[in-house]
Amino acid sequence: MKKEWPLWEVFVRSKNGLEHRHFGSLHAADAEMALENARDVYTRRNEGVSIWVVESKNITASNPEHNAELFEPAQDKVYRHPTFYDLPDEIKHM
Amino acid sequence: MSEAQIKSLEEEFEARIARDEKIEPKDWMPEKYRKTHIRQMSQHAHSEIVGMLPEGNWISRAPSLRRKVALLAKVQDEGGHGLYLYSATETLGITRDELFEQLHTGKAKYSSIFNYPALTWADIGAIGWLVDGAAIINQVALCGTSFGPYARAMVRICKEESFHQRQGYEITLKLAQGTLEQKAMAQDALNRFWWPSLMMFGPADADSPNTEQSMKWKLKRKTNDELRQQFIDQTVPQAELIGLTIPDPDLKWNEEKGCYDSGEIDWDEFWQVVKGHGPCNKERMKARVSAWENGEWVRDAALAHAEKQQEKKLNKAV
Repeated sequence: MKKEWPLWEVFVRSKNGLEHRHFGSLHAADAEMALENARDVYTRRNEGVSIWVVESKNITASNPEHNAELFEPAQDKVYRHPTFYDLPDEIKHM
Repeated sequence: MSEAQIKSLEEEFEARIARDEKIEPKDWMPEKYRKTHIRQMSQHAHSEIVGMLPEGNWISRAPSLRRKVALLAKVQDEGGHGLYLYSATETLGITRDELFEQLHTGKAKYSSIFNYPALTWADIGAIGWLVDGAAIINQVALCGTSFGPYARAMVRICKEESFHQRQGYEITLKLAQGTLEQKAMAQDALNRFWWPSLMMFGPADADSPNTEQSMKWKLKRKTNDELRQQFIDQTVPQAELIGLTIPDPDLKWNEEKGCYDSGEIDWDEFWQVVKGHGPCNKERMKARVSAWENGEWVRDAALAHAEKQQEKKLNKAV
């Protein structure tokens, strides 16, 4: 065997109106085969109406070790949420 | 990293699991957690793939079209389940080829149940009813495991597998309601598959040194003996309902405990099969290895074709 077939990430839209969601991954020689395999592996029970495949090596992921600097700054910004603002009781919907 | 740093990372890691947080592939994890997961998840994947062999043999011999489409779909599901689990395992930094290599050289194990032969059509019933029944009990317990990719694969697998058990029970039920010969065939399959199915839950708790660690990591939510008991309590009434007898003379309802007491498992047989001396160990591996080796030229050709197409596209662009 020369080398392994590359790894692909599979995203499936379960029905129109919903976004594509990550379903899993699989190996395939090329994009066309990745789509065919994704159909067989991830949509045997009408789970989808549309499939995206992306070669895994093309995905750039954030590093969990940097989670503090990436995500913690949002934690103390309560003023980004509607509940931060005081309204008179008479206002029922806003 | 200093030992003290590792220790503090480990403590934080254990605390996350205790809080029911999931661990994702890029998160820091103790080396032992990674290794244990690679071992258990790949063993699970291998079991799905090897499990296709005893049943696949019966697809062309199914007694009706209804049975044939069901069995075909079940075996296809098992292939799919193996693929979910292999790709989940690969997130831990091992390649698919390495995983296959471990299976083919005997370094990695798969469920011993598949080293028993499927001799008659009734065995296909017993496998669905008992073997998948036992597998589902194990797998439902794993849906809440701490490693995210494993838990997600388990959720999908459990959803798909309940039909496997039902179709097996339906096969057994029909045989049990059939001619005397058919009923005897169903009973014979139950006789041969009952004890190996109980062994699927692994060694008794007292002989399972990894249980404590696995419970901590939520790789096990219940012990082997607890799951085995659950299987017995669930299956005995199903056998009685269709007039079949569980082949255990010591089996009886324990009113006080609210569960069945059962006979001792033949652990010598269990270890013999685990060590490779079961009825079909050699045959299964031979089939698996030859499928892999005979498919090599196809895999290489597909890759060569893909590369050529890519080159053509590049040349056109220039």
